[in-house]
Amino acid sequence: MILKKIDEKYSKEPSGAAVSSSRKDIHSESYLQTVWRRFKRHHLASVSLAVLVVVVGAALLAPVIAPYDPTEIAGPFAEPPSKKFWLGTDLIGRDVLSRLLYATRISLLVGVMATLISTVIGVILGLSAGYFGGAADMIIMRFTDMVMSFPYILLVLVAAAIFKPGLWNIILILGFVDWPGIARLVRGNVLNLRETNFVKSSIVAGMPLRHILFSEILPNTVAPILVYSTSVLALSILDEAALSFLGQGIQPPDASLGNMLNGAQSLTVLTSQPWLWIPPGVMIVVIVMAINFIGDALRDALDPNGGR
Amino acid sequence: MLDENTIPLITVENMKKYYPVKGGVIPHTTGYVKAVDGVSFSIMKGQTLGLVGESGCGKSTIGRQLVGLEKPTEGKIYYNGCDLSAISRNKEQMRQIRTKLQMVFQDPYSSLNPRKHIYEILAQPMLYHHISSKETVERDILRLLDMVGLPRTVLGRYPHEFSGGQRQRIGIAKALSLNPEFIVCDEPVSALDVSIQAQILNLLKDLQKELGLTLLFVGHGLGAVHYVSDRIAVMYLGKIVEIGEAKEIFRHPVHPYTRALLDAVPVPDTAQKNQERKLLKGEIGSSMEPPEGCRFHNRCPYAVEQCALEVPGLQRVEEKSTRQAACPVVLADKKEAAHG
Repeated sequence: MILKKIDEKYSKEPSGAAVSSSRKDIHSESYLQTVWRRFKRHHLASVSLAVLVVVVGAALLAPVIAPYDPTEIAGPFAEPPSKKFWLGTDLIGRDVLSRLLYATRISLLVGVMATLISTVIGVILGLSAGYFGGAADMIIMRFTDMVMSFPYILLVLVAAAIFKPGLWNIILILGFVDWPGIARLVRGNVLNLRETNFVKSSIVAGMPLRHILFSEILPNTVAPILVYSTSVLALSILDEAALSFLGQGIQPPDASLGNMLNGAQSLTVLTSQPWLWIPPGVMIVVIVMAINFIGDALRDALDPNGGR
Repeated sequence: MLDENTIPLITVENMKKYYPVKGGVIPHTTGYVKAVDGVSFSIMKGQTLGLVGESGCGKSTIGRQLVGLEKPTEGKIYYNGCDLSAISRNKEQMRQIRTKLQMVFQDPYSSLNPRKHIYEILAQPMLYHHISSKETVERDILRLLDMVGLPRTVLGRYPHEFSGGQRQRIGIAKALSLNPEFIVCDEPVSALDVSIQAQILNLLKDLQKELGLTLLFVGHGLGAVHYVSDRIAVMYLGKIVEIGEAKEIFRHPVHPYTRALLDAVPVPDTAQKNQERKLLKGEIGSSMEPPEGCRFHNRCPYAVEQCALEVPGLQRVEEKSTRQAACPVVLADKKEAAHG
């Protein structure tokens, strides 16, 4: 009799309204909320995010807030910063501030697009190499090694020389050289995930390949891809700057952070006209550092073992 | 061997699974791990076959072949009389049969996708196989949760919010969701706390009775296997050494290895404490180069010269029983004792 009562008591409890509702409250936080809360703990990253938002906002609003047309001559040559030209004018009299805003816009566009392209290529190749293994893995990974071992800047220069330098060519070139890291990362993750029981259980359940690849495996490797692609983003922006600095990137009269630095190749500019190269230089440093700090914080925030 | 009333749902004939071992400076196949080396058995509809043996003896490998995760190197698997390897070429047919053969995994911590909540985990396969439609899927999932004893409030939660026992219940619900006839339970309780093990075993037993499921229960905990199994097969180094009714095997083990396994079970009764127990010496042999002849001969207390030369086959222990053992030495002794 007593046993039966105890039995009843315990079998009722889990379905009791009080228990289940209080449990629900504890677990109501979604994954994204958890990530955001962990991210905010990194003060440096929070500041970086704010800075980046301002920079991106300014770049997007360049047509509205730029005081002058970036490609038109607006005043005297190489004038130092003044009330009329906040950051001075360049060697042919264009407003440096307006050019800086437009240059940031172009550089960010190049960085984001190149990162998107390389991420897509890297994910597709890494996913197929890791999942199918065997000959596919062998071919894809040797090709990846080949691209990785090629002198990077030389490859870009040659490509830039063959295809005419221009915005979309730069994006494509950078996109096609930045993917090997992502491909390797994804492959390694997929090799692990492929052996997990939840993937096996999906195979046993007779789910189609596209479900297993894109619904079971890929979501579990998004976090490392996201973290890695922030560093690719920073790298692409730097590469674009380097390429434009060497004259193979964005062509004048269009402004990019790299070709604005181009002027600094001359010693006179370097020593006596710092307003020509300090603003784009500082802008590159600020953007790249902000992205890297954010990447670091993302790594911690997305880590499933990172605790509360 | 067959009872008239029961038909085998699963029949395995001479199954072999060799894994190639790569080695050398230029990678090439240097040998094979003979995980399963010529195994035959059948499982009657609605029954449970327990599969026991040391770690690495190939019991989980057999489970993986049966649900089609891997293909056997040699031998055939019949499901309801259809040859699975022949069906696997026909995609549509294979898709239908896949749902009938399900698996419950050993480690409940890795068998659920950490990025999906329970609703998604359970709904997606059912919707894909048209077992349930968008309108009915919620009702079906709630029914499954009731069956495995989980509260209905868990639907929106993620796997990391559950304990091991609860996750294993979800794993069982996932296997059941596709209306299977046959479920491979690959050491389903060995990763769980002892107190939870009994719950899960009871759940499996109840569900089997309720749904008329056929189970292959892989395990190394003898108590658990005994509890759920109708028949038991004992494996050693890729071969079945003894197979028969669970009760008979536990009461009168014939093969020396089975005896050793049973002797190794700790006994809580202090009166039996000082009783002599034959514990095995040495390690389980390498499955790359298994011992010649009987694979157990180098550890067997009854081994004679002949054991190192001939590979023993399964023989009936008694005329009328379905029990078989692969030890001619002990069987000959037995016969002598019976006649003399």
